[in-house]
Amino acid sequence: MFHKEKSIQIKNSASALYNNLSVLRIAPRRLTYFTVVHANVVNMVSASWDGLNYSHRQLQSKEPNVATSTSLIMQAAFCVLPSRELLVVTSQKGIQMYESDGSIMVYWHALDTPETPTAQAVFARGIAAVSENYVCVGVSSGAILVFDIPSKGSNITLSEVLEEHKESITDIAAECSGSQECVANLVTVDDGGSLCVWKSGEEFQLLNKIAGLDISCSSVKLWKGTVVAGYGSGQIRIYEAVTGILQSEINAHARWIYSLDIAPFSGLLLSAAEDSFVRVWHLSVTPETNSVEVAHLHNECVTDTQICGAKFCDGDGYAFAVTGYDLSEIIRYTQT
Amino acid sequence: MSTRTLPLVFINLGGEMLYILDQRLQAQNTSVDNTEKGVWSEKDRKRVMNDIIGTMFSKAFMDELLKPQQLYSHKTMKTVLTRLAHTSIMRLNPASMEKLYELMVMAFKYQVYLCPRPKDLLLITYNHMDAIREFVRDTPAVANQVDETHRKLIEVYAPLSEGEFQLLRQTLLIFFQDMHVRVSLFLKNQIQNPNGRFTLTTSGPVPHGGDVPGLIRLFSVKGREVSRCEFPSGGSYSSAVREGSFDLHGDRVLRLGVNMYTMNHPEETHTSRNTCAQPDDVPNLLAKEELNLLARIMGSMKTVPVHTTEGSFRLNLFASDREEEEAGTSGGAQDFDVINIQAMQDEQASAELARIAAQFAEEELKHEDQGSSKGDELLAMMDDL
Repeated sequence: MFHKEKSIQIKNSASALYNNLSVLRIAPRRLTYFTVVHANVVNMVSASWDGLNYSHRQLQSKEPNVATSTSLIMQAAFCVLPSRELLVVTSQKGIQMYESDGSIMVYWHALDTPETPTAQAVFARGIAAVSENYVCVGVSSGAILVFDIPSKGSNITLSEVLEEHKESITDIAAECSGSQECVANLVTVDDGGSLCVWKSGEEFQLLNKIAGLDISCSSVKLWKGTVVAGYGSGQIRIYEAVTGILQSEINAHARWIYSLDIAPFSGLLLSAAEDSFVRVWHLSVTPETNSVEVAHLHNECVTDTQICGAKFCDGDGYAFAVTGYDLSEIIRYTQT
Repeated sequence: MSTRTLPLVFINLGGEMLYILDQRLQAQNTSVDNTEKGVWSEKDRKRVMNDIIGTMFSKAFMDELLKPQQLYSHKTMKTVLTRLAHTSIMRLNPASMEKLYELMVMAFKYQVYLCPRPKDLLLITYNHMDAIREFVRDTPAVANQVDETHRKLIEVYAPLSEGEFQLLRQTLLIFFQDMHVRVSLFLKNQIQNPNGRFTLTTSGPVPHGGDVPGLIRLFSVKGREVSRCEFPSGGSYSSAVREGSFDLHGDRVLRLGVNMYTMNHPEETHTSRNTCAQPDDVPNLLAKEELNLLARIMGSMKTVPVHTTEGSFRLNLFASDREEEEAGTSGGAQDFDVINIQAMQDEQASAELARIAAQFAEEELKHEDQGSSKGDELLAMMDDL
C-alpha cells in the first residue's frame, strides 16, 4: 500500500519526545516544511516537491539570560490559522512563536520557573491552533494557555488560562475535519490519561471531561467530533467527544505510542510507537448513528528504531513522514 | 525536563563501572597476598570495591544527588565518576577513564533504551544495587549504607507516575543521544549492530500491564462490545510476564542491569568508536551552574588517601599482558582499537588530585563570600583536569 521514498537528512538526530515531527504543506510555493526537535534545537527543513531542493535552518531555544542553563525543547509544531501560519516552540523556559519559515520570532512567553529546581519539572508541551485566532499551549502544571493571535504582526496576547487538568499536559488537538458543525473543537490530554473536550470562544467552555485510568495519553486527534487517543500502554481509544462514550479500543502497539495523525479528507489514521512500528488505519465516522468503524490497512516496521514522530504530508494521506530517536533523517513513504 | 535523574544516573553508571572493575581486578588476581609488586590481591580488590561503594552510598553524597536538579553534561559526570574511582587505592589515567566512561554509558543507554515500561528504570537500578550489595556483603557498615540508600530511593520514586518516569527516561535518552560506541560484548550477543545502534526485537512478551497488539474492538453506546476483529501486528508478541519486585529485596524478573561481564571473557570490554564527532566536543556553555554542582558533590566525598610508601600497582583494565602484545602486533582489518588502560598507583597523580580535592572542599566553605569570580576559578581548575 505504501512504499519507502528517499529520506530527508537532517542536521541533528531526533530526540525521544512525543509528537516529534511537524509538517506544513505550502502548495503555492510547492514546498513542504518539516520540523524535528533535537535537545535545545529545532531542525527545520524546507523540501521542494520535485525533490531537488532542500534548505535547512536551526532554531535555538530562547534563554531568559545567558547565565542560566540550556533549556530543552519539548515540542515544535506548525499552527495554521485562516490568516497566517506560525511555528510554535515550547521548552522548559517558555513558549516561542515564529513566522512559519522560522525567520522571525514574533512572540515570547516566559513560564514561571522557580529559582531552585523543584521535584515537579516545569515545561510547556502540547500545541494546537483552534478556530479563527487562537493558539493553545499546555503546561506541566496542567494549565492550558490560550493565546489570541492577530491576523498579522506581533501583538499576541494571553487571553485565558484553562485550569482543569491536574497532571502535565501531553498533547492538544483541534477539530481538523473543517466542519463548522462540530460543537467541540478542542481536546486536551494529560499524563494521567484524562481528556478534556472544549468549545473555543472568548471564554473557552468545558464540554466534557473523560477521566484517565492512570495511563499517560501521549497523543490525541479530533476529527468529525471523534477523539482518537494514543496511550503509553500501546492502546488507541476512540471516544465520541461531546458524550465521552468509548466507541473503540485497539490493542495497537506493544510499546508506548508517541504519535498519532489523521488525514482529514480520507479518514486515514497513522499511529507510531516505540515498538518500531508505524500503522495505517482507516477510520469512518457516521455522526447520525454515533458509530465508528476502524480497519487496519498497513504496517511499516522501521527496523531497530523507537519512533517519536509520524505525520501525513497532505490532507488525503497520500504520503507520510516518520522520525525516530537517534535518527538523523526523516523517512518518507508514499502510496503505491 | 526531569529533575529526578541524577541519583539513578550515578547508581546505574557507578554500578556498571563496578561490574567492569570487578571483572578486570579478578582477571588480574594471580597472587593471594599483596607481597608481589604489580599484582592485585583479593584483599586489595575488596578494598577497592568497598572504598568506591562506601563513597558512592555515603549519606552526604546521596543527599546531594537526591536534591531536585537538572541533569548536567558528560564532562561533569566524567569528572565526578573519576573522582569516585579515585577514592580507592586504584588510579586510572585519563585515557582509561575515557574508555571506561564510554563503556558504562553505552551499557546504561542500552538498559534505558530497552526498558519495557518507564517505571522499570527502577528495577534496572535495583538490579545494580542488588549486585553492589553482594560486593560489600562482608562489610556490614557499607552494606547498611546501600540498604539505607535503597530505602530512600523507594521513598522518593514510589510516588512518581508512569508519565513522570517516561519524562525521566526521555531526559536520559537526550543525555545518551548520538552515542554509538561499539562494544564487543554487545556485538557478540547481537544486541548491538555493527553501526553501533541497538537491536529492537519485534517479538517477546509485552510490558507488564500491556496487551498483545492485534485486536480491534467496537462498542455500543451502552458500552457493550459489538464486534471484535484481529489484524496482523507484524511481530510475534506474547503476554506479559509477572511484574518484578520494587521492594528492598525480591526477584526483579527484568534482566536489564544485571552484571553482563564474567571472568571468562576478558575481550568483552573492548570498545571501538565510530569516526563521527562525539557529543562532548560541543563546548559546555552552562559551565557555572554545573561547577557549583560539582563543587558541592566533590565536597561531599571524602578526600583521597595518598599512599606514599606502597609501590605502584599496574592494572591493565582492558587487556591481559598477552593481549596487549598481540594487539600491538596484529595486522589486518582491525575492528577494534584496543587501548590498554593503565590503572596505577601514581604518586604524582594522587598528590595532584588531593590538591584539587582539598581545593574543592575549601571552595565549598568560602561559597557564600565570593561572587562570580569563584565561578571563573573553578572554570580554570576544570580546564587543568
